[in-house]
Amino acid sequence: MSLLTFKGGIHPYDGKELSKDKPIKDIDPGTELVYPLSQHIGAPAKAIVEKGQHVLCGECLAEAGGFVSAPVYSSVSGTVKNIEKRRTITGDMADCIIIENDEKYEKADPITDKPYEDMSRDEVIAAIQKAGIVGMGGAGFPTHVKLSPKEPDKIDTIIVNCAECEPYLTSDYRKMLEEPERLIGGLQIEVGLFKNARGVLAVEDNKPDCIKLLKEKTKDIPNISVAALKTKYPQGSERQLIYAVTKRAINSKMLPADAGCIVNNVDTVIAINNAVREGEPLMYRIVTVTGDAIADPRNFRVRTGTNYKDLIEAAGGFKCEAKKIISGGPMMGFALFNPDVPVTKTSSALLCMSEDEAAKWEPSACINCGRCVDVCPSRLIPSHLADHALHYNEEEFLNLNGLECVECGSCSYVCPAKRQLAQAIKSMRRMQLAKRKK
Amino acid sequence: MENEVKDKKQNKEEPVKTLPSVSSTPHVRDKSTTTNIMGCVILALLPATGVGICNFGPAAILVTALCIGCCVFFEWAFEKICKRKNTIGDLSAVLTGLLLALNLPVSVPWYIPVIGSFVAIVVVKQLFGGLGQNFMNPALGARCFLMLSFSRYMTDFSYRPGWVGADVISSATPLADVKGGASFSIASMLLGNEAGTIGETSALALIIGGIFLLCMGIITWHLTGMYLLSLVVFVIIFGGHGFDINYIAAHLFGGGLMLGAFFMATDYVTRPITRKGQIIYGIFLGCLTGIFRIFGPGAEGVSYAIIIGNLIVPLIEKITVPKHFGYKKPASS
Repeated sequence: MSLLTFKGGIHPYDGKELSKDKPIKDIDPGTELVYPLSQHIGAPAKAIVEKGQHVLCGECLAEAGGFVSAPVYSSVSGTVKNIEKRRTITGDMADCIIIENDEKYEKADPITDKPYEDMSRDEVIAAIQKAGIVGMGGAGFPTHVKLSPKEPDKIDTIIVNCAECEPYLTSDYRKMLEEPERLIGGLQIEVGLFKNARGVLAVEDNKPDCIKLLKEKTKDIPNISVAALKTKYPQGSERQLIYAVTKRAINSKMLPADAGCIVNNVDTVIAINNAVREGEPLMYRIVTVTGDAIADPRNFRVRTGTNYKDLIEAAGGFKCEAKKIISGGPMMGFALFNPDVPVTKTSSALLCMSEDEAAKWEPSACINCGRCVDVCPSRLIPSHLADHALHYNEEEFLNLNGLECVECGSCSYVCPAKRQLAQAIKSMRRMQLAKRKK
Repeated sequence: MENEVKDKKQNKEEPVKTLPSVSSTPHVRDKSTTTNIMGCVILALLPATGVGICNFGPAAILVTALCIGCCVFFEWAFEKICKRKNTIGDLSAVLTGLLLALNLPVSVPWYIPVIGSFVAIVVVKQLFGGLGQNFMNPALGARCFLMLSFSRYMTDFSYRPGWVGADVISSATPLADVKGGASFSIASMLLGNEAGTIGETSALALIIGGIFLLCMGIITWHLTGMYLLSLVVFVIIFGGHGFDINYIAAHLFGGGLMLGAFFMATDYVTRPITRKGQIIYGIFLGCLTGIFRIFGPGAEGVSYAIIIGNLIVPLIEKITVPKHFGYKKPASS
């Protein structure tokens, strides 16, 4: 079978061997857990607890602030210590609910006790909304919004993004191996919402064991299939993934639904399964703690709100000085100047590197080699776009379709002159998008 | 003030740990650098340089060394005077010097390489902003300048073959033979024991270097392939010899074509950045070279074709902006 793919992309060192063979381990969440009110795209959640109030594990701390928003749940039982500003992954100070863990883990009532088989379509979506599920690949777009397109009958393909194209990350890989039933169960729930839909588990071919296992498990399910993708970054980028699976190309002005697709991350689909079938709100995350500065790299099942520092400790601490600490993968993650921040719904990895490659070389003049053009998955000319961005030449930037950039960073990765192409384009793009919103 | 107090406080508390660095994404980089690329191109030119030195004797070493030395010196000196960052470490000046030397006849007086290097580095490259900003290939710009200013020396291809002081041979370049209807040998065009500039005589050595660059992914087939192909087609149609393998081979392996097609036309800075643009550019160069060689007064045409080609690159870039991913035709309403 030929592998599905898109044009462009890069093959960075993947570093997955560091953590991929160790089973997921549970971790002690520590005494203080921090829950930012905004862990998703859209309106921040509104706190419904007060200082000093006792909360249970799985109790709602903050309810959705609108339709495009998601509630936040406590992942431990304990007392609300305060609601105050704390530093989050992006480096900003944001409103957070602080819970003092009583280490009893007393469970709250499930969010729904109706069996899945008896639920109507709207009830399923309501359960997903109530569970606070958001896109856990990193964007954090509320999942119930994604599952409520304008024309549900036009949705014909639901893709689970099992590509895991970011180097170093193995959390999706471990989940596919350890919880394939939950993954498939979640996908079945999603497929059940749309009468014309089929489900596709799209896996990169550097995970042949996952492909084999998932094929085995889905062989008797008629409307779910497994697709093998070529291993290449950014294979898991939404637009590129839709193209690889369905050969339908969408641009920045379109939604996946315009191509009849819905794309979800592995963790999100498992969370859907747990919410609908078991009534469990979103309170866990599988996080890869890895990098060459970590003593014992592996995957952990982490309660949201846990401090990243506890994760480093659980992974054996640093074996050498970490020059760069990244929340997420090396291509699109956030660099942290201080790991004293909480794990949120969208955290996927903590990567500690002994060397900062981005600072190792000084940017020099563009030699027009065209490598950025060859790798750009959006088929742009990154070197020209970056020039226009640095000169704040809006007109030319828009003429060259700068807004179509998916911010994957492939151009900066390949640039032999070490120019900060993605950074320049990204800043300009964000400025233009902000301007449009006004 | 406040920061100072804080700093002192921290110093006391020692040890002060440096914070991990932060930056925009991505956080990893490929290992290739500008210096690597330039180094590879220099490496790919070594077979041709070697053949040139074997064929033309020690004088060829002198010319080559003088060109490289002067190019590096002028780059260093210009940047020093202008208080710019020193960039001789990126090897681009070395490459320019080498290419210039390979484009000179061995018998030139000493000041020709010096003037050539000055024109290449200072006039064509640095005055336009340095590496990446020049609109014309520096080595070729210098060569054309020298051709027009010192044409007597630049077209004097007499030389002493080999290292043992044989008699001076004053022969025409193979391409001039082809044009003049004299006899020519494809084998010696390939091996390089012919009259010509230092680096252009052995097509085989240049092709080996070119294949090395193709394998390293530094150049792609698009430009070079279309250049050679379109010249062949042009020669078949307008050459007056029809489909004569010998005649076509003479045009391919004679003169500066291989040097131009593999090493000069593919100069990153002065060729279009998109694949589509490179294909158009290659065809344009092939036709232009054909026109100069067949209808022009001289036998050569590659240098001028590439220089003129350089000038239309911005136009090619304008019409070859790629359609972005997911491009939809604007609905005509």
